Amino acid sequence: MIDANDHPLLEAEALAKWYGRQLGCRGVSFVLYPGEVMAVVGESGSGKTTLLQLLSAQLAPSSGRVCYRMRDGVLRDLACLGEAQRRCLFRTDWGYVHQDPALGLRMAVSAGANVGERLMAMGCRHYGRIRSAAQDWLDRVEIACDRIDDAPTVYSGGMRQRLQIARNLVTKPRLVFMDEPTGGLDVSIQARLLDLIRRLVTQLRLAAVIVTHDLAVARLLSHRIMVMKDGAVVESGLTDQVLDDPREPYTQLLVSSILPA
Amino acid sequence: MHALDVVDVKKSCTLHLQGGLHLPVVAGVNFAVRPGTCVALVGPSGSGKSSILKMIYGSYRCDGGRILIRDGDETVDIATAAPRAIIALRQRAIAYVSQFLRAVPRVAAIDVVANEHDRAASDEVRKRAAGLLRRLNIPERLMTVPPATFSGGEQQRVNIACGFLPDRPVLLLDEPTASLDSENQAVVIDLIAEKKQRGVAIVAIVHDNEIRAAIADQIVDITGFAAAA
Amino acid sequence: MNAPAYNFAYLDEQTKRMIRRAILKAIAIPGYQVPFASREMPMPYGWGTGGVQVTAAILGPDDILKVIDQGSDDTTNAVSIRKFFVATAGVRTTTATVDATVIQTRHRIPETNLHERQILVFQVPIPEPLRFLEPRETETRRMHALEEYGLMHVKLYEDICRHGEIATSYAYPVMVDGRYVMDPSPTPKFDNPKMNDCRALQLFGAGREKRIYAIPPYTRVVSLDFEDHPFVPYRFNGTCALCGATDSYLDEVITDDRGSRMFVCSDTDHCETRRSSPVPPAGEENEVPRLDPEQTP
Repeated sequence: MIDANDHPLLEAEALAKWYGRQLGCRGVSFVLYPGEVMAVVGESGSGKTTLLQLLSAQLAPSSGRVCYRMRDGVLRDLACLGEAQRRCLFRTDWGYVHQDPALGLRMAVSAGANVGERLMAMGCRHYGRIRSAAQDWLDRVEIACDRIDDAPTVYSGGMRQRLQIARNLVTKPRLVFMDEPTGGLDVSIQARLLDLIRRLVTQLRLAAVIVTHDLAVARLLSHRIMVMKDGAVVESGLTDQVLDDPREPYTQLLVSSILPA
Repeated sequence: MHALDVVDVKKSCTLHLQGGLHLPVVAGVNFAVRPGTCVALVGPSGSGKSSILKMIYGSYRCDGGRILIRDGDETVDIATAAPRAIIALRQRAIAYVSQFLRAVPRVAAIDVVANEHDRAASDEVRKRAAGLLRRLNIPERLMTVPPATFSGGEQQRVNIACGFLPDRPVLLLDEPTASLDSENQAVVIDLIAEKKQRGVAIVAIVHDNEIRAAIADQIVDITGFAAAA
Repeated sequence: MNAPAYNFAYLDEQTKRMIRRAILKAIAIPGYQVPFASREMPMPYGWGTGGVQVTAAILGPDDILKVIDQGSDDTTNAVSIRKFFVATAGVRTTTATVDATVIQTRHRIPETNLHERQILVFQVPIPEPLRFLEPRETETRRMHALEEYGLMHVKLYEDICRHGEIATSYAYPVMVDGRYVMDPSPTPKFDNPKMNDCRALQLFGAGREKRIYAIPPYTRVVSLDFEDHPFVPYRFNGTCALCGATDSYLDEVITDDRGSRMFVCSDTDHCETRRSSPVPPAGEENEVPRLDPEQTP
């Protein structure tokens, strides 16, 4: 449930990123509240991945800032955090789901260890408890428990992606960044994954920023949407509003370009 | 005290892909709904009835005017509310039965209905959802099946259950009986009557004259609001 | 022709100062890998150049040097290194652990308890305990700096789920002074407890990888483990065929082509000392060592 008394979780103020003279993105401002899911849609080169990396402190902005409300309730500028704090945040309170699951997993290590790593990084030293937490999460992402000792090298693409999600959610983060989470997967696998993401986001009251080029994914998963083109935000608002009643020429073009199945 | 006030609402569309073609939709829409009553919108097809419902729900934006909904002790203007506020209102104050069920893949019918009420649906909610589906003549064996493969009428009945399960003060109905046989139409009429008894304010679009007569306390003819072309 | 004249212990004084600075830094930050400018030595990488450079930097004319390789004073490498220091430093050497002031070792810690006037120098191949899990040096340096050691336990977790127990039997990672995770060099995990609260100074040198690290005397050294899979120092369950010891680390020796084997103390000095001690183990002194059926796995 969205609580009108919540404080903002993530605030972006006039974010911009230039790669030399090449524009990544500019003029991005928004406020995200706990439990809200925001989709960032746009075509290749629109700046959406740059934005995601700015928001998750993997890139430093050229101007503007990103503020995050830590678990102690204080809103902090990410640029002012020390590296240790940022990395700790990345491992505990945040999740980051890569488009290619191999980037977000340790491929040479078993699935159970992949899921348990964050727990071990936080100081958990009980093998039995780590393993049962890993089993619980594999179950939640619909991976058979007897695969817990297999390395992700023998998993299918869809299983790897679900494992990546489990690995990210085990520390109960409040904010999850997703970069094309269903990109490259077969349609039937996509459906399963989207269903899983929807359920988990609701059950765990996650806030999320999801980058996608697929409007159907945006409609299914998100409450709010930002449409980007050539590094700038063209239109933003409620997902169904923007997709049902697009105002800007580019948004109208995007919406009308979807082929009906 | 009105549950819903639509004041001077207007809307037009600019189709940029058609060279900036400007299409007025409605203008000067004015009506109010008291709790426990049903207002029926009438007008020819394409005159903007669905658009008005969508503007009340926040799916469409409006270009002017106010749409005031009572939310507890406060009144919120949907036309200018922030996205968060609209989402909160949809969870607390407004239920919507659209014309077409947007079938989510892989989710069973009973979960579609239960989740509409409360995303983390409890067993009690699921029991009520099952009861409602049963009343709408959806057999038990279909409740655990995703509705994507249902017939038009079955999908519509799942849609109706979604809208009628939660207890919210405003209910919007867009052609709820269009694809139903007479037996199920009667069920829907009963459900609407029960909602009115519980003090829900209803705005409905129904093209069948008899059904409209059975449910509506007030008719609003929107041809008067059609914007000048 | 005259034999070339070496500076004392082969290295020039400036190099020794550089190495000593690295050693001091290492002692000041127990377990932290200090980079140093490793020199070309007259033996190739992989033959103990790191240990030799550390020993060369700390050796003085009054020191008594012992060199062991897998616990033994008389393997080829131990002999070569000992000869090297005799030739370049002229120091006295010994095989008796109690008499040595500097002990250079490859892959074992002596059984005999060390005392405060001794320095133990380890030869280290790969100093980075996280290397095989995280190949990027940039990343492992950051992990040490930020104390991010979750990955180390991932390795132990993997062991348990594959083998039912932590199967790492040598180079078993330890936490030094509660701060840095360290690779103790490929000593058997049986030796790990000896590093804890040791009275002697322990220095570690890796020549090819160019790192020096140290454990000052009386430092807390804890082997990593899980609460429900605690660290167990492993030792083959048997007695030494030569001296009858039941608590020393044993080497397996194949005695003939039919696969007969016997187990003897890996630490040759320890074994000899026990055998020549005034009270020999009962009945074993005059017997030819024979194969004990209980010892065959």
